[in-house]
Amino acid sequence: MNPGRCAACRYLRRKCPPDCIFSPYFPPNVPQRFVSVHRIYGASNVAKLLQQLPSHLRAEAAESLCMEVQYRIEDPVYGCVGLISSLQQQIHDAEKQLAKTQAEIAFLKSHAQHSQVALLDDAANLGFSNHQGSSGFM
Amino acid sequence: MSSSSSYNSPCAACKLLRRKCMPGCIFAPYFPPEEPQKFVNVHKIFGASNVTKLLNELLPHQREDAVNSLAYEAEARVRDPVYGCVGAITFLQRQVQRLQKELDAANADLIRFACNDIPTALPQAPGTSSFQPLTPRNRLPEFNRRNIGNEGGGFYQVPGALPYSFPWNDASSGDINDGGGEGGM
Repeated sequence: MNPGRCAACRYLRRKCPPDCIFSPYFPPNVPQRFVSVHRIYGASNVAKLLQQLPSHLRAEAAESLCMEVQYRIEDPVYGCVGLISSLQQQIHDAEKQLAKTQAEIAFLKSHAQHSQVALLDDAANLGFSNHQGSSGFM
Repeated sequence: MSSSSSYNSPCAACKLLRRKCMPGCIFAPYFPPEEPQKFVNVHKIFGASNVTKLLNELLPHQREDAVNSLAYEAEARVRDPVYGCVGAITFLQRQVQRLQKELDAANADLIRFACNDIPTALPQAPGTSSFQPLTPRNRLPEFNRRNIGNEGGGFYQVPGALPYSFPWNDASSGDINDGGGEGGM
């Protein structure tokens, strides 16, 4: 048994060549990662997907495939699409709430401005009537 | 849901696989011949036999949604071979974070204006306050943050409706790390 085989080649019970497409992304110490990916996508589909990409993008691709697989295993019906739906709903609700809050702020702002104007008017009238010397309290 | 396993109209799957579409074909209800691309994508990414296995593990009433979500994922992966649906998730999570910040700022403004609106009996010395700050209201519920490389816990599921469209616009691999500042849909 070759202890240097990647998780994929170990699972597939084959020799792990030096240029194995899987070995950088499916190390032997995390066997479950490849088992899950193989279960959902199949080894040959994953190999094809990775081979079509430039080598500097394959690590990200393998990582995102593993993530999607995890979502699918946890939720066999909706997979990661369930989370996408949920996030879109959250965004919709947040935008609605933000619009409502901003409307309330606008209302309070205009209310505050009206109050200030009224206060200034009252102050001006009081000063004017004092200046005139008349008072309603005498 | 339509069945196409008749003599004259094989389902899209059996057409692509060049086989007879038998009555009871597991693909026929979900891959009508009028939508060939749906099965092309699913077969390309998942493979027909994996899809069969996945569907066989589900109850019949769950299969339509499962096929549609697989088709969505497959199309996402065809459009973005590096990130697939995970690109959409990252984009949307950033939007949620941005909106949360905006909502927090708006709530803080609201509290400020609401408190200024309450009449105070005596003038106050600068720097003092006669009220307790209110807790921000209408905070977004916590979402399941799953970034690349993190192990997540808990799963947020919305049964029924699938997303209307892809939340990103032809995002290529190199663009995916830019924060999304536009509306999601």
